Formats: sequence, structure tokens, C-alpha cells
Amino acid sequence: MSDVDVLVLGAGPAGMAAATEARSRGLSVLLLDENALPGGQIHRAVESRAAKDAQDRDGAALVTAFRASGTDYRPGATLWAVEPGGKVFWSEAGAARSITAGRLILCAGATERPLPIPGWTLPGVMSVGAAQIALKSAGLVPEGRVWIAGQGPLLLLYAAQALDRGGRLAGIIDLSPAGAFSRAARHLPRALMAPEYLLRGLQWERRIRAAGVPIRRAARIAAEGEGRLTRILVDGLPEPADLLLLHDGVVPNTQVTRAIAGCAHEWDPAQRCFRPVLDAWGNTSVEGVMVAGDSGGIGGGRAAALAGRLAAIEAARALGRLSRDQRDAVAGRTRLELNRQMAPRAFLDALFPPLPPAAIADATILCRCEEVTAGRVRQAVALGCLGANQTKAFTRAGMGPCQGRICGPAVHGVVAAARGVDPAGVDPFRTRFPTKPLTLGELAALAG
Amino acid sequence: MFRRTEPTDCSITWEGRDIPARAGESLAAALLAAGIATFRATPVSASPRGPLCLMGACFDCLVEVDGVQNTQACMLPVRAGMRAAPQRGARHFDIEDAA
Repeated sequence: MSDVDVLVLGAGPAGMAAATEARSRGLSVLLLDENALPGGQIHRAVESRAAKDAQDRDGAALVTAFRASGTDYRPGATLWAVEPGGKVFWSEAGAARSITAGRLILCAGATERPLPIPGWTLPGVMSVGAAQIALKSAGLVPEGRVWIAGQGPLLLLYAAQALDRGGRLAGIIDLSPAGAFSRAARHLPRALMAPEYLLRGLQWERRIRAAGVPIRRAARIAAEGEGRLTRILVDGLPEPADLLLLHDGVVPNTQVTRAIAGCAHEWDPAQRCFRPVLDAWGNTSVEGVMVAGDSGGIGGGRAAALAGRLAAIEAARALGRLSRDQRDAVAGRTRLELNRQMAPRAFLDALFPPLPPAAIADATILCRCEEVTAGRVRQAVALGCLGANQTKAFTRAGMGPCQGRICGPAVHGVVAAARGVDPAGVDPFRTRFPTKPLTLGELAALAG
Repeated sequence: MFRRTEPTDCSITWEGRDIPARAGESLAAALLAAGIATFRATPVSASPRGPLCLMGACFDCLVEVDGVQNTQACMLPVRAGMRAAPQRGARHFDIEDAA
């Protein structure tokens, strides 16, 4: 017997929409989120900012409906284990808790793909996503000699947002190889089903050019400094730098689903990342465990909210609140809109391919926690290491406090490239519960 | 690195030094706004580190806050009077403190 009908992980667009929809179907819902406020990364601090664009208005509407939904909402709560039968463990206010849920809808969002370059562990080197969080949640704008390097739509979005707020940028270093547009062009007709994505991208680029921020294409970048960043090398040429922001696209956050026994994952060749195997409703290969939003494959915030709704409608069916026919009828328009929102994805994936792991220099650190270089991972491959999990035993890569969250895609990519095999056939890091560090003091609360 | 666009309303300390801050923003944001880039020294090589992701994933922003070690500065909302210091190396247990 369950303590609650549905447990939702994450208060981003997918999680908020799933919780709101499940409540509207008469289900009891508990939602766990690590952050202090709802919104996820895309709508971070949306309640305390004036809405500036359609994305902010989407976020505000989602949060308002979620707040009014009657969900048992737990901010500041970190999930750290899922057991068979829907038993979930988390930490909240320094104490561990557990509950059994009829259905789990995991909406863990995305993380940035790492962009390992020489010197990226120096203070003063951060990710573009981090700078965007500082902008949204604390109103911090870039100041001084600030460079952005890498590739991906978030890089252009952040630059435009930072400039709009009065920030200053020294320049953007585009590390993508030339010719991406011609490779992506065959996907363009389908992408025009949702032309707003392309129009927004063109607006960002226009904003950046209007501000006079130079966009330079380069093949290599490095960060240098004694104890902190003081300069960057762009194809070997030095430029003074106070802050370097790196970005190479985003990948599904599968840290929890990979730790669930029997939960199948597959390599997505277009997005070059692993994701859980899902049916059209978000069911994983494990009964009762569902995934919605970017943690099931990158689709963006609008697609995530629609997928969250579909997962909640399916949960209502599984828990006996809707028949199959009712479910299909209720879901019809949401599914049509989800298909439209996903239409530009093949074009965007082809336009912004991740940078090649083979290009990472041997001396560059991959695993920041254990300070393991690409060269040591390649040596491990030369000694017979076949996958990311064996690199743990060979090198300790992925065994620090971040548990492979940051280096995982890079270690996997370097191993596959060094072996000269399809990445689909190389295991990603296996994750294990507890998926976040847990103190004995927190754990002891379960015995009370 | 960064400039504030919104006013501060309280103060915290970093290694005993007063830092202006905004209640509710993350401790990591408050430190970055004050020009502090180095938050900790690594257990492996004692190398200086600062935050990478600001979303709870990288664990590079670990600091000591009001005596609690290994605190993720990016996940902790600022409270007035908070006392923060760098996390140097791994979490350690001081026998003399316990006695």
C-alpha cells in the first residue's frame, strides 16, 4: 500500500506540470526539489523577477498553477535512493526520510556537457549555465574581461541576456567546426513547424552583434594563471581574462535512473548522450518508474512541461483513475503540441553537435574531483580498459564527490574514441545509491 | 568577474572579513559578487578551486559555514551574519575539538 499516489522529483517545468496534472486527476502528490524555490534551471527565481519574455511568462504560469495545486511540495529536499516497489529516500533539513509512492515521475532535468580544456579547473573558469544561474537568481552580470567559449544555443542565449541586463563581454570564441549549417539544412523544413525556436536564435545573434561583441571561430582554447585565471590562449594567442565561461550543450541528468536496477538506458546518436528507454508516456523499463522532461532526452522547457502532463495522465490510468480510452482522449492535444515542440530538435541537434572528445589534450584534466587527465584514461584503455566503469578501478575517474556528474560524458567519450568504437557500445558510469553525499547524522534520523 | 545589478541588504563574513550580500541569494553568488573566485583547496593536490556549475552538481564550491564542513555554497541561501571560510582538503575531524 502506498503512502502517496505520485512522487515527483524536480520542480522544473516537467515536474511542476506533472504534479499539477496529477492533482487535477484527484491523485495525492509529493514533490521533492533540491532548490529553495520552484522553477528548475530554466525558470529559476521566476517568482521574484519581472517577466521579460514568453519563457518567463510560461514559467510564471507553471509556478502559479503548481503552487495552487495542493501538491505536498518539499523544497530543499535531496532524493538519494529509490528501492523496488516505489520506496524513495531523501534528505530534508538535515534528516533522512522515506515514503512509498504508487508512481514515480522523475524530472531531473539536464546538466551541461563538460568542456575539458587546459586550465579549466582554475578559479575564474565556470560554465555558461552557472553564469546564467547567477544572473537569474542574484542579478549578477559579467563585468571586466569576460570571455565565453564553446558551442550551443545556451551560449548565445546567455550572451544576449547578459547584454540586455547591462553586462559586458570581451568576446565569444566559437569552437564549433565550420559547416554545421549545411549539414543541418536537410532538417530545416521540419524545424519550421515550430519557427519560434529559429527566430529566437536569430534574435540572440543580432543582439550580440549589435552590442559589438566579437564572435571569433577558433579550434583550441586554454585557460592560464597562477592560482586563478588571468589569461586565455585562443589558438595559442594570449588574451587577458578575468572570467571564462565554457559551454558544450546539455545532456539528460540520468544520475538517479542509472542507479535503479533494471532501468534500461540507450545511446542517442543524434544528441550524443545516454538516456532512459521510454515509451510514449514516459514509462521506463521498470514498473512504476516514469521519466519526463530533459532527463529523458533533451527537448527544452516547453516540451518538458507537455511530457510532464502526459506522464501524469498515464499515472492516473495506471492508478485506476482513467481508462485507456479516457487517457488517450485527454492526452490528444497535449501530444500534438509535444510533437510540434520536438519538430526542430533534429535540426538543432545537427546544428550544434558536441565537440569531439578525441581533441582533448592528454594533459587536460577530465575528472575534476580526482584530478585524472585524459592521458591517464587513454593509458587505461591501452592497458585493456573497455568502458567508463573500468576507468574507475584503473584511475579513480568518476569516484569523487560529484560521482561522475561532471566528467561522465567526457570520460565515456574519450574511452570510446581511444578504442575507436561506436560510443553506443561503451558503458557509461554506473551510478549507485546514495546518489548524493549523505551524512551519518542525516541517515540516523531514519531510525528515530 | 561579475557586477551586482540589485542592492545588498545584509552582510556575511568570509575568513573573518565582512562581505555585503542579499538574504536568500546563494552563498556562492554572494562570494562571486565580492570578487572571490577561490572557494576551496582540493584534497588530491591542494589546488585552488571555485564553483563550476552553481547547480549542485560539481562539488567544486565546497566551503565551511558556521563550523559545518563540505557545504555546497551554491545550494545554501544567504542568512545575515553567516560565517563562511574555505574548505581546505577533505572533511576532517579534529580530536582536540571533540575532547
